[in-house]
Order: sequence, then structure tokens, then C-alpha cells
Amino acid sequence: MTSSQRRWVFLAGMIGLVAFLLWGLLGLPGFGHYPGPYGSIINRIALRQTNATGTVSAINFDYRGFDTVGEEFILFVAAAGVSIVLRRLRGEREKSAIDEAADRNAPPTSDAVRMAALVFTGPLVVMGWWLTSHAQTNPSGGFQGGVILATAFILVYLAGEFLVFKRFSPVALTDAVEAIGAGGFVAIGLAAVGIGLAYLTNYLPKGEVAGAVSSGGTIPLISFFVGLEVAAAFILIVAELLEQTLLIRQGSA
Amino acid sequence: MTVAVSTPYTVPIEFMEALQVTVLVLVAAGATAVVLIRRPVHQVIALSVYGILLAVLFLVFQAPDVTLSELTVGAVVLPIVLLLTLAKTRKREE
Repeated sequence: MTSSQRRWVFLAGMIGLVAFLLWGLLGLPGFGHYPGPYGSIINRIALRQTNATGTVSAINFDYRGFDTVGEEFILFVAAAGVSIVLRRLRGEREKSAIDEAADRNAPPTSDAVRMAALVFTGPLVVMGWWLTSHAQTNPSGGFQGGVILATAFILVYLAGEFLVFKRFSPVALTDAVEAIGAGGFVAIGLAAVGIGLAYLTNYLPKGEVAGAVSSGGTIPLISFFVGLEVAAAFILIVAELLEQTLLIRQGSA
Repeated sequence: MTVAVSTPYTVPIEFMEALQVTVLVLVAAGATAVVLIRRPVHQVIALSVYGILLAVLFLVFQAPDVTLSELTVGAVVLPIVLLLTLAKTRKREE
């Protein structure tokens, strides 16, 4: 295809896209004018039904918990996919990590980076767990908390070495934690089926005080398992990429 | 339906609208910058800043939960993944 033909194909596609976009934009409700009934209904009943002041979490982990299971498995499958694509292929060899550390000529990590990473690792672990365990009281939750927990491990890599990172997060352990996180969510839902309710019904006591950490029934429990799954999935993805970047070379051993 | 609730944190609606317009303009500028920057490493840094801008956008449009997700994924994890990929592909070119 010549470049002028390509330009015509691009222009035709662009005109079509712009036309569809404009058509869609014209049909949108006015700014700030929410037309659907569900938001208003949920706002009115969510606090009374779940005792969770984090209404967004109540929706994510309770009212549409089934969708969240699906979302969680998107991440699960993505991590599995990265592991499979980035495995050591035939014709590639894995350098010994120890040798690499001993004679590599890369500039050493600056003290400022090490210090910053060391200072932030502890607070990030606390913050990650806090977000994961407070889904029922504020707009946090297992997803955000889990990613922050994973970044704490990435800081360990920045402050130290790849080997330290691997020691803190061995693949077997990370795999197991990810499986427990994903399986725990599904198991909570199945337990509801076991006692004769619909899948993922919020069957635990909702607590006495709205907004207390102990309120919300299954919401904080699900958030906890989501946090485990998300943290482990992101650690796995970053570990695979680090391994691919630092250790795996072309050519057989 | 607007609910008129006044809390110690209530800000005038004009102020909120001005803030929203400012952040929208910043996000548009950030997105354009990400597209126009050609060197991959610089582009990743710009993308990270753009992620923070998007997070602020979600915050001023009252979606703090999306803000947290965007901060962690858009400003932290996505740049890390991209930087590692760049490091890997650069080694192969050498």
C-alpha cells in the first residue's frame, strides 16, 4: 500500500470515528445531571443495608460483587499470562544472579534513592494494609491497598538488590498468596450458596455502628482477599519483568 | 438532584467549577505532551505525570476511589512496567 493510499484509509477511518464520537457526545446527559435511578436508590439504602459508610466499596464488594470477581480474575489471568510469555525460552539462558551482582558495571544506586526507598517502605506497608482493611469505612479498598503493598516490595528492590527482592517475595509464596486471594473471594461467595442464599450475599453481621471497622459484614473480608490477590499479582508481574531484564540473555548456556 | 449539605469542608460552587476547568485543561495538555514527546524514556516520565494529573481530575470530580486506583496504577505501576520493558529492549539492541 502506498503512502497516499494509507492516508486515504486513515482519513476515512478518522471521519467515521469523529462522526460516531460527536453523535455519542450529543446524546450524553448534561454535566452533573445523572439520569439513572440506581445511584439515588443505592445512596438511600446502602448505609442502612450494609452499615458501611464507604458506599463505593459496598457497591464493589456487595451489590455488584459478582462483577468484581470477574475483574479480579482479569488481573489473575494477566499475571499468569505475563509469567507464561516471559518464561525462559529455548535458546535463552539465565545468568547467575550472584555473578551478575558481583561484577556488573552499572553505576551503584545512589544513597539518596536507597535512603528514600528505605524510609518509605515501612509506611507504605502500613498504608497498604490500612487501605485494604478500611474498604467499609472510606473510598479505599483491596485493589488500591494491594497495589500499594506491591510498591513497597518494589522499593525493596530499589533500596537493595534484585536478590533481596527475590528473598522477600519468593515466586512459590507469591503464587500461593495470589491463589489464596482469588480463591478466598470465590469461597466467600460460595459459602453464601452453602447456607441457602444467593452467590455473594452479604450474610455476616453488619455491626452495630455504621462506619466502624467491624461493620459491613463480608465487605472488609472480601477487600482483604482482593488486597492479597492484587498485591501478589503485581509483585509477580514486576518480578517477571525484572528477571527478564536483569537475568535472561539470548544464547544457550 | 443536588443535596444542599453544608460542612466545614464545603467550598463555593464557582471555586469548584474553576478548579475542574483548570484540571481538565491540564489533563488535555498532559495527554498532548505524552503523544508529542518522542523519546521513550522521557515519554514514560511524562505518562507518569499525566497519571497524577488524571488522579487529580478524578478527585475534583468527586471520585476519590478512582483517584486512588489511578494514582497507584497510572503513576506508579504502569511506568515501572514500561521502564523495565525499555531496559530489556535496549539491552537487546546493543
